[in-house]
Amino acid sequence: MNDLTTAKANRNNHLALLGIKAMVGIVVLILIALLGYILITGLPHVSWHFLTSASKEFGSGGGIANELFNSVYILIITLVISCPLALGAGIYLSEFAKPSWLTSTVRTMIEVLSSLPSIVIGLFGYLVLVIKFQFDFSILSGALAMMFVNIPLLTRNTEETLTAVPHSQREAGWALGLSKWRTITKIILPAAVPGLVTGVILSAGRIFGEAAALIFTAGQSTPVVSYSNWNPFNQTSFLNPMRPAETLAVHIWKLNTDGITPDADQISSGASAVLIVVILLIILLSRYLGNYCYRKMSGTK
Amino acid sequence: MNNIQKRLVKPSAATRQDRRGRIISFVCVTFIMVLTVAIIGFIAIRGLSTFTENHISVWDFLTKSDWNPGQVGTNGKPEVGALAMIVASFAVTLLAALFATPFAVAVAVYMTELAPKKGARMLQPVIELLVGIPSVVYGFVGLVVIVPAIRTVFGGTGFGVLAGAIVLFVMILPTITSLTIDSLKQVPDYYRNASLALGATRWQTIYKVILRAALPGIMTAVVFGMARAFGEALAVQMVIGNAAIVPTNLVSPTSTLTSQLTSQMGDTIMGTLPNNALWSLALVLLLMSVIFNVLVKIIGKRGELTK
Repeated sequence: MNDLTTAKANRNNHLALLGIKAMVGIVVLILIALLGYILITGLPHVSWHFLTSASKEFGSGGGIANELFNSVYILIITLVISCPLALGAGIYLSEFAKPSWLTSTVRTMIEVLSSLPSIVIGLFGYLVLVIKFQFDFSILSGALAMMFVNIPLLTRNTEETLTAVPHSQREAGWALGLSKWRTITKIILPAAVPGLVTGVILSAGRIFGEAAALIFTAGQSTPVVSYSNWNPFNQTSFLNPMRPAETLAVHIWKLNTDGITPDADQISSGASAVLIVVILLIILLSRYLGNYCYRKMSGTK
Repeated sequence: MNNIQKRLVKPSAATRQDRRGRIISFVCVTFIMVLTVAIIGFIAIRGLSTFTENHISVWDFLTKSDWNPGQVGTNGKPEVGALAMIVASFAVTLLAALFATPFAVAVAVYMTELAPKKGARMLQPVIELLVGIPSVVYGFVGLVVIVPAIRTVFGGTGFGVLAGAIVLFVMILPTITSLTIDSLKQVPDYYRNASLALGATRWQTIYKVILRAALPGIMTAVVFGMARAFGEALAVQMVIGNAAIVPTNLVSPTSTLTSQLTSQMGDTIMGTLPNNALWSLALVLLLMSVIFNVLVKIIGKRGELTK
C-alpha cells in the first residue's frame, strides 16, 4: 500500500514536471513564432526606399519616413519633460518622504495613474490638451500625453533605484558634513546612475511602441514637412511641435483599421519589423549602457 | 556685531540648498497628484454628463444592450445601452486570464523552483521581449494570423471574443509571469526544505506548499494582468470586429469598451449625446481600473494577515 502511494506520487511528480516543462516550451515557441513571423514577413519589405520615402494615403508603395521621424521626435520630447519630473518625484519619495498619510496617498495615486489604461490617458489628453488648451492634434499634445503615461513608471523606477543605494553611503555623506541635498546630488544620484539609465531606456522602448495614448493627441495624419527647414516656429518645418504627427505605431494601427492603401499588409509588416528591431536594439542598449555605467561608477573593470 | 549676528541667525547655504531641493522634489510629487486627480475628475465630469445633461438613466446604460445614441429609439429616447461593451470587455479579460494564468505560473515555477539559474537565464529575455513588443504589433499579427485561423477552424468571420482573448493572452502573459516570480521568490526556503525532508516529491512541494504559500501573490498577479487586458485598446480593436452587439458566441463580432472608444471617438461631435455616451464608456473603464487597484490592495492585505 505504502509502496503504491509512493509510486503514484512519483508518477504524478514526473508527469507534472513534464507538463510544466511542456508549457514553458510552448511559451518559448510562441515568442519564437511571433518574432520569426514578424521579422520574416516584414524584413523583405524594409528597404532604404521604404525607410526614407513618405507614406501614401491612397496609392501603394508608400514608405514610413515621416512616421519614423515623428516617433523619434515625440520620444525625445517626452523623455526631456518626464525625466526631470520623475527624478524629482523619485527623490522626494525615497529621501524626504516620511511614512505618513500624505506619502501613502502619493503612492496610491502613482499606482492608480500607472494602472490607468493608456487610452483613458489619451482621451484626457484629447479633452484637456487638444480642446481646452487648444494645442490641437500636435506633437506637443502627443508628447505631453505620453509623459502622463511615462511618469508613474519612471517615478517608481527612480524610487526603487535610489532606495537600493546602501544607507551607509548616505551616512558617509552626512558624516562628512554634507547637507542632505548635497548628499543626494553628489553621492546617491551618481551611485544610482546605472539603474536610472536602464530605467529610462526601457521606458523609451515602451513610448516608442505606444499608440493608444497618441491617436487622439498627436493625431492620425502627417502634413507635408520639409526636412531642410530648421526653424521650429515655421509651419512647414519638421521640428515644428505644433503640427499633427502620426507615429509608426499609430500608422500600423490606422492602416489596418481604415486604411485604403492596397498594400496595407506589406507596409504594416514592414513597419512592424522596423518597430520590433528598434525595440530589440533599445533593450540591448539598456543592458549594455547599464553594465557600462555600473563598471564605470563602481571602478571595477 | 550686528553683521555677525545676522550671519549666525541666517540659515546657512547648505540649509537653503536643502530646503530648495525639498521644495523642488515636492513640487514634482504634487504635479503627479494633481495630474491623477485631474484625469479622474475630467473623465468623470464628461462621463457623467450623459446622465445629468441628457437624462439617460444609469440603470438603462448598464443593463440595456441597444447602442444607438445617435438616433431616437422606439420609446422616444436615444438608445444608450452599454451592456454589449461591458460584457465583451469582461469576456475577453476573463478568458485571457484563464488562458494565461497556467502558462504564467508554469514559467514562473520553472524559473524559480525547477531550474533556478538556468531557467532564469533562459526565460528572462523571453519575458522582456514579450513585454517589449508593442500592442499594435500584437494586434496586427492577430489580424493576419489569428483571425483567419479562427475563421478556418470555427467558421464565422473570425473576429470576436476568442481572437481578442488569444491576443490578450500573449500580452498579459509576461505581466502575470513576472509578478508570480516575485511572489514565489518570497516563499522562504525552509518551507521547501521542510516539505522535501518529509519525503514529499518535487511536485507535491510545489503544488501543496509553495503555490499555496504564494497564492495571494499569484492572485495579485492575475488581477494586474486582468487590469492590463481590460484597458488594452488598439490590439483588441483590431481583432474584435467592432459591432456593438452582445457576444452570443466566441466567434461573433462584438465590441469592448476600449475598442468602441477608439473606433468611434473621432466620428462624434463634442458635447452631443453620442459623444457624451462614449465618455461614459471611458468612465466605466476608469472605474474598473480603480476597482482592480482596490482589489489588489485587498488581496495584498489578506495575504499579510495569513502569514
